[in-house]
Amino acid sequence: MRFVKILERILATIPVMLGVAIMVFAFMRLTPGDPVDLMMGEAGVVSKAEIQAIREQFKLDQPLHKQLLSYLSGLVRGDLGTSFKKKEPVWKLIRERFPATMELALGSLLFGLAIGLPIGIWSAVKQNSPLDRLSMGGSFLGISMPPFWLGIIFIIIFSSRLRWLPVSGRIDYGFEPRFITGLYAVDSLLTGKIDSFLSSLAHLTLPSVTLGLALAAIVARVMRSSMLEVMRQDYVTLARAKGNRESSVIGKHALRNALIPTVTVVGIQIGMLLGGNMIVETVFGWPGIGRLAVDAIFARDYPLVQGVVIIYSFTYVLVNLLVDILYTFINPRIAL
Amino acid sequence: MKTRIYFIKIRARLFWWNLVDVFWKMVAHRSTLIGAIVVALFIFMALIAPWIVPHNPLEGDLFKRLVPPFWIPGSTNYLLGGDELGRDIFSRIVAGAEISLWIGFLSVGVSILVGTLLGAFAGFYRGLFDELISRFAEILLAFPFLIFAIGVMAMMGPGFWNLIFALTFKGWVEFFRLIRGEVMSETTKEYVEAARASGLRNRAIILREILPNVVHSLIVLGTLRMGYMIIMEASLSFLGLGIQPPMPAWGSMVNSGRPYMLNAWWISTFPGLALLTLVLGINLLGEGLRDILDPRLRID
Amino acid sequence: MGEELCLNITNLTTLFKTRKGAIRAVNDLSLKVGKGELLGLVGESGCGKSVTLLSILRLIPYPGEIVSGTILFEGEDLLKKNKQEIRKIRGMKISMVFQDPMTTLNPVFKVGEQIRESLSIHGMIQPTHGGKFLSLFYDHYRRKPEYRRVIEIMEQVGISTPDSRYYEYPHQFSGGMQQRALIAIALSCNPSLILADEPTTALDVTIQAQILELLKKINRERSTSMIFVTHNLAVANEFCHRIAVMYAGRIVEVGNVDSIVRKPLHPYTKGLLNSIPRMTDKSQRIEPIPGNVPDLIDLPEGCAFKPRCQWAQDRCNELPLLKDLGEDHFVRCHLS
Repeated sequence: MRFVKILERILATIPVMLGVAIMVFAFMRLTPGDPVDLMMGEAGVVSKAEIQAIREQFKLDQPLHKQLLSYLSGLVRGDLGTSFKKKEPVWKLIRERFPATMELALGSLLFGLAIGLPIGIWSAVKQNSPLDRLSMGGSFLGISMPPFWLGIIFIIIFSSRLRWLPVSGRIDYGFEPRFITGLYAVDSLLTGKIDSFLSSLAHLTLPSVTLGLALAAIVARVMRSSMLEVMRQDYVTLARAKGNRESSVIGKHALRNALIPTVTVVGIQIGMLLGGNMIVETVFGWPGIGRLAVDAIFARDYPLVQGVVIIYSFTYVLVNLLVDILYTFINPRIAL
Repeated sequence: MKTRIYFIKIRARLFWWNLVDVFWKMVAHRSTLIGAIVVALFIFMALIAPWIVPHNPLEGDLFKRLVPPFWIPGSTNYLLGGDELGRDIFSRIVAGAEISLWIGFLSVGVSILVGTLLGAFAGFYRGLFDELISRFAEILLAFPFLIFAIGVMAMMGPGFWNLIFALTFKGWVEFFRLIRGEVMSETTKEYVEAARASGLRNRAIILREILPNVVHSLIVLGTLRMGYMIIMEASLSFLGLGIQPPMPAWGSMVNSGRPYMLNAWWISTFPGLALLTLVLGINLLGEGLRDILDPRLRID
Repeated sequence: MGEELCLNITNLTTLFKTRKGAIRAVNDLSLKVGKGELLGLVGESGCGKSVTLLSILRLIPYPGEIVSGTILFEGEDLLKKNKQEIRKIRGMKISMVFQDPMTTLNPVFKVGEQIRESLSIHGMIQPTHGGKFLSLFYDHYRRKPEYRRVIEIMEQVGISTPDSRYYEYPHQFSGGMQQRALIAIALSCNPSLILADEPTTALDVTIQAQILELLKKINRERSTSMIFVTHNLAVANEFCHRIAVMYAGRIVEVGNVDSIVRKPLHPYTKGLLNSIPRMTDKSQRIEPIPGNVPDLIDLPEGCAFKPRCQWAQDRCNELPLLKDLGEDHFVRCHLS
């Protein structure tokens, strides 16, 4: 029964993804300006034959609906086109940069959850204590903070004043470990290169903290409010009346229930984490997909922009789907 | 006919009483008051900007490049220091307030308008219209906000109205959902039946009966989103896709300070600080309004 | 109904401190429960009945506080015990049944596991680490003694097909079944006293009767004492051996069920009995008690019922003491 529901959910996302693809396509084609002109604008004088060759190569001379069809069919096959500027397949470029973004996302997620969850729980248990007020104030600050500014402040403080942490990049030059998962920190550990590990960790810290703080703020608030709500419930009183230790009452009975709405919110945040990446990646010079997208946009490299946007959206939809599925496992009332 | 006018008068009076009541509750609640004061200060600052800026925000004195703020030795009479082109940062911040505020108001305002209209009609009439728009909204939601905004700005080029368009294009969805949900639940209530029975046309029902009950949620959500929109605009300007220099948009000011992070930190720091303060004030105000107007939206 | 006392409460006072003042939910209350006795605690909503029960187990949440009194249980004062000792008593010697089973059972845990928890807390069975995984291996698990014990208990309270019910969640049970599960939890460690807070109020009338039968059976077979809180005198009449009537945090009349119902002495009790609509006598008018339940912050001196009493006199400004009128009938009123 549950399996069928999961299948239903998966199928429901397909029309959405289709809509996304079409929308991206439409946007690309409907914008003013001939992409070929923009491309060629830097190359100086070109002959008509060259222009025609370019047009054919990128199928720009065919009617719109044919372009759409070839675009969509390419999409299904996994072919996202070729970058104007870099002359390489878009898919390859994205794949190269993907582990970097993944590493940053994981680092931020770990940091955000590790800070946000305990603070949220603790604030709820000790409501109105100084810790509670402080952490709620802090989390309020966290959600009002412009992420790009926070990153820069961190760099100013930690990199230039204190010289503790590096300014940009993923790892010091020449320290890259062998490719296993693509995540530098993990790979360094797996291959036993401690200096690589330390270097990549140092580089990972500031950007993860920058992104993670905003996440922690939101997680702490949601966790606190759902814990407060849960702790008012009768079943918590019953748990105490059964003779449970207080740690068990909170950690087992209350927490399981409080996690349910938290998971939903965290899921949405993970999706948004991918979007926020662009700014943080730019600030910290992190060679991920976000940077790729921004550079591509400035270079008017349409296929690349298109490809990145699609990948972003698909990932976002996928993450939401996974969270939905996870939700059915956590909340017994929904599974059936 | 006379009874109609009478009812309208009563409603208007109730409206004013409500407003005063809300006002006093706001004053009583400390953090909300702080938020309101901060926002009011910024608005005031933006309004009288042309008269209070000590220096011209657009013209730079090349002899005053990269001067530090007044409390650090080596400075001149620039309050918060000079930027890379010798312009007074303080003046630019004050001038930039107007831009941020306008963008915040406009983008939220248009989002509310579009979202409310679509949501009200979708929620009330249901049917094909509702289905189409909801699907469209769902697809839009699949894009992370920034990606979408960046994409639109890249396609359409920088500029004030393009920016508003980009922000609004995804912004209306939230209001759409809110209004649609509220309208759908209100439609099942009795007073709608009563209105229908008394012969009011559908459109009138929506406007006069349902919407007033829904306005407070709008105000709360609108205020909370305004801060978000302002941050988004600043992020876009930071990336160079929003308001372009030499206009003093806070986001682009932070960006132009990036090459000088090591030796002239004040260029990036103070505009961001201003941004943080404004958004903080707006959020405080929004949270307070939510507590006062619509405890249902509360999360704790 | 033996001579021995199961529970002896004397001068219990429980306050809730609010900004407007202290709410005296329980005001110098004294009560005795004999071994194997079914005591009904009757009164309107808000008179402090539930708070009394919670005070016995010391489950009063902040900002509430038990400020004075003694609660003697099996010869020891419960109010003087430390946290660990109280925890041992909760669920094992004294257990509690709450009003609304849907909100009292923890929605994310299986019912069988919730019953099992009571047993494992008090060391009656081995706590199973990784029990969740074990429960996947149904057959293997079913042979374990813990499991069998829970099934036994479920059968005793009348839950049909306990083998499959064990693995179900609370929302899959009907209202009556949920209440039986709650009773199962209360019974699991064979307590000598059960505190029942309006256990039938949330149920249909027919189910109500079944649950009452079940409780009576438990009382007969195991000599378990019970304090049965209700606002329904009719139910109390049917079920209890003795009745205590509570008003504004104090006991105003207590005694044998027959003498209370046939010869009520306190004006409040008389009012309650008159308020019960009788099916047989259609000509009789229903007479509600005039006035409202008093605000527990600002209690008047003297008899709290005076404002609503039709026989009030000047001497009622002085608080009457509980008088023993013989034949197991005590009343707190100047007029008797």
